[in-house]
Amino acid sequence: MDNLLQVTNGEAVSRSNIPNLDFNTFRQTILDETRHNGFIVQFFAYEDEEKTLKLIAVIRSGLHLYVTGCSLADEYPALTVENEKFHMFEREIAEQFGVHPKNHPWLKMVRYHENYRGKDDVFGNDYTEDIPGNYPYFTVEGDSVHEVAVGPVHAGIIEPGHFRFQCAGEEVFSLEIQLGYQHRGAEKLLEQPGMAMNRLPVIAESIAGDTAIGHSLCHSQAIEALAGLEVDEASKIIRSVALELERIACHVGDLGALSGDVAFNPPMNYFGRIRGEFLNLSMTMAGNRFGKGLVRPGGISFSVLAEHRKIICDKIASETPGITNVCDLLFSAHTVIARFENTGTVPRKLAEELGLVGYSGRASGLSYDARVTFPTEAYDTVKANVNARTVGDVFARASVRREEIMHSLRVIPELLSKNIDAQPIPFAPGYTLAPDSFVVTINEAWRGEVSHCLLTDKDGAILRYKVKDPSFHNWTGLAMSLRNQGISDFPLCNKSFNLSYCGFDL
Amino acid sequence: MDFTFSLASFLSFLVAVALAPLFMGVILKVKAFFAGKQGPPWLIKYYTLIKLLRKGSVYSTSTTFVFKLGPIVSFVTALMLLLFFPFAGLPPVLSFHGDVVILFYLLGLGRFFTVLAALDTASPFEGMGAAREVFFSALAEATIFVIIALFFRLSGSLSFAEYFTGVHAVNLWSESAALIFLVLIALFIVLLTENSRVPVDDPATHLELTMIHEVMILDHSGPDLALIEMGAFFKMLFYSSFVSCLLFPFHTGTPLFNVIIFYIIMTLVYATVGLIESITARYKMDMVPNFILTSFALVFFAIILTMEFVQ
Repeated sequence: MDNLLQVTNGEAVSRSNIPNLDFNTFRQTILDETRHNGFIVQFFAYEDEEKTLKLIAVIRSGLHLYVTGCSLADEYPALTVENEKFHMFEREIAEQFGVHPKNHPWLKMVRYHENYRGKDDVFGNDYTEDIPGNYPYFTVEGDSVHEVAVGPVHAGIIEPGHFRFQCAGEEVFSLEIQLGYQHRGAEKLLEQPGMAMNRLPVIAESIAGDTAIGHSLCHSQAIEALAGLEVDEASKIIRSVALELERIACHVGDLGALSGDVAFNPPMNYFGRIRGEFLNLSMTMAGNRFGKGLVRPGGISFSVLAEHRKIICDKIASETPGITNVCDLLFSAHTVIARFENTGTVPRKLAEELGLVGYSGRASGLSYDARVTFPTEAYDTVKANVNARTVGDVFARASVRREEIMHSLRVIPELLSKNIDAQPIPFAPGYTLAPDSFVVTINEAWRGEVSHCLLTDKDGAILRYKVKDPSFHNWTGLAMSLRNQGISDFPLCNKSFNLSYCGFDL
Repeated sequence: MDFTFSLASFLSFLVAVALAPLFMGVILKVKAFFAGKQGPPWLIKYYTLIKLLRKGSVYSTSTTFVFKLGPIVSFVTALMLLLFFPFAGLPPVLSFHGDVVILFYLLGLGRFFTVLAALDTASPFEGMGAAREVFFSALAEATIFVIIALFFRLSGSLSFAEYFTGVHAVNLWSESAALIFLVLIALFIVLLTENSRVPVDDPATHLELTMIHEVMILDHSGPDLALIEMGAFFKMLFYSSFVSCLLFPFHTGTPLFNVIIFYIIMTLVYATVGLIESITARYKMDMVPNFILTSFALVFFAIILTMEFVQ
């Protein structure tokens, strides 16, 4: 195990402690590690102070977290050939640093941008053109095969993404998803030299608007580890409560949307209202409905007192029966069950090969929940949630969400029962980050495992800031779930995953 | 052919045309009630039509005159349909022996041009929607023609006027009530199919890939869209009137009283559509043919019961 350094979630370690292997050993080590029960948390490249390109892999295996690294040449034999989990990560590295993974089965750009090092583009694209050019889609040929292209502009108010279906009649053979339309350069913004420290959380919580708490928690924990900040117990509780409120609001909203997608109106409308109630609870604490501005390195930025706690607990007590009833209405309607069951199935084996996370993974039988495996904040006291149906279809993903809503509704009053007032941190905290350090943070946001990884240089400035949204793993799951399904079931499958476009595009 | 012009017939036609958008509001209100909402105003569909008529139309450069023809033909054919229907037991404006056959093919003509207009846009969605619409309405057509054959056996006529105002009027209160009951269920299934309602189609969805009818008219805008909408209202009114006339004979003797009862029953038919949309989800696309063919099985059974070897 000398090739791997074991770390804990949110622990700052010196960069010099991270193994610097030769490429072949590195490749073999992480392939061995991810072959069975190992999953990728982070896999990215960065340039160190001497402008040498290096690779870092953070792998979770069981209850442990390992990190290892190596130097990278301009070309290397792709890992995707041996293990599908690396697919998107290798494409991302190729795009960001102009490195060519040889024999990669589907080497296409991820987000349409020039690489950071000014190297020749791996994909042969010219980014000075409005439409950069070279991106063939996977095609199926045959007499009755036809192609349907959807997006990036959609009929509803949703984010931009392009979906390319290869169909025979109503049946989908293959779906390819091309994203990148919302690439804002979030990682580069966070790495920008001279960026004021108090602006970083604002950028971090805007990575994905529906996961504001998830991303800002990851960011704050990373900064806290590097700056040696202590968070008091009351703030930890409130931060956990905020994450659970975000989870309830999103799950409730999505169950409503799933109901709307099969034209079952009443739950759609009821859940729409209930979602608003929970967004309003976030407003009680943070002053806005999506919890932005609440979590900051060192604690929280508002005081949450007995009166706030009472509002939250009272609202949960008054909404719980309603949620239970509407869930019963949705999950017992036989026409709804007929639509949800055996639709968009991702079997456990496939989910494991792709490395799905969050409720999409749990619905396929991968029980990984970062709140249990790598607890942060106040989660070490929280009892794990158990899911009953794990066959990987839309029904399973919907019922896992229902169970998570019920779980969160129990967890929040438990967390708040300690009755301690949380005080805000000072407005402009003065702190510096530890030099030459590495930290990785993991949190179970509503969609699944969010992870931020920070590397600092010898002056304590941010050398590399890597963000990973759970959607980065799960989009492939959606594409696979559509195989041999009716094309008219795509919106339903899509909503059952409800992945983030901007979280993927960064 | 009987071209005797009667003021009452013409008035009843005008009233039906004027009320068609209002009844669509009934469906919305019922759905809103089950969703615990107030719902849009009763006159919402009139406001929508006025809004659309005041707008301009946008035409894609890849379309031809066929695209512009679609809305006009579907509007006109649906309007013609109403001219032949005996609302509330009043004789229709026009009527002749065999008009039912012509009328259902007029509806088919309207659909044909809608499909052509959809294909003319060369959008992959619209082609998909057109394929679904054509397939499902071909199945529904089988039911319709068995019903026509059955009604011919029962009333000896081939015109709407004779069906509902003739000596052997067909309705639930006649001696063949048991057969009519089967026809009612089948006709209601056809109503849901032909008018793109849940559980066959979802008129409220924004998801192009799941649409059947809506996706075909995505590219139409302004007055063109208004024509298509009105055509859809008339078609819905036609099928609902068909169902209403089977439910009740409208032979009270007082025409005004007939009209009032007729529109009360119509409201109930529309409300039932709203009720179904509130308590069921849509079927999976490959289940829809089974649903439509159920209607065929019902009327086929009904016509077998009229055969001499059964009697």
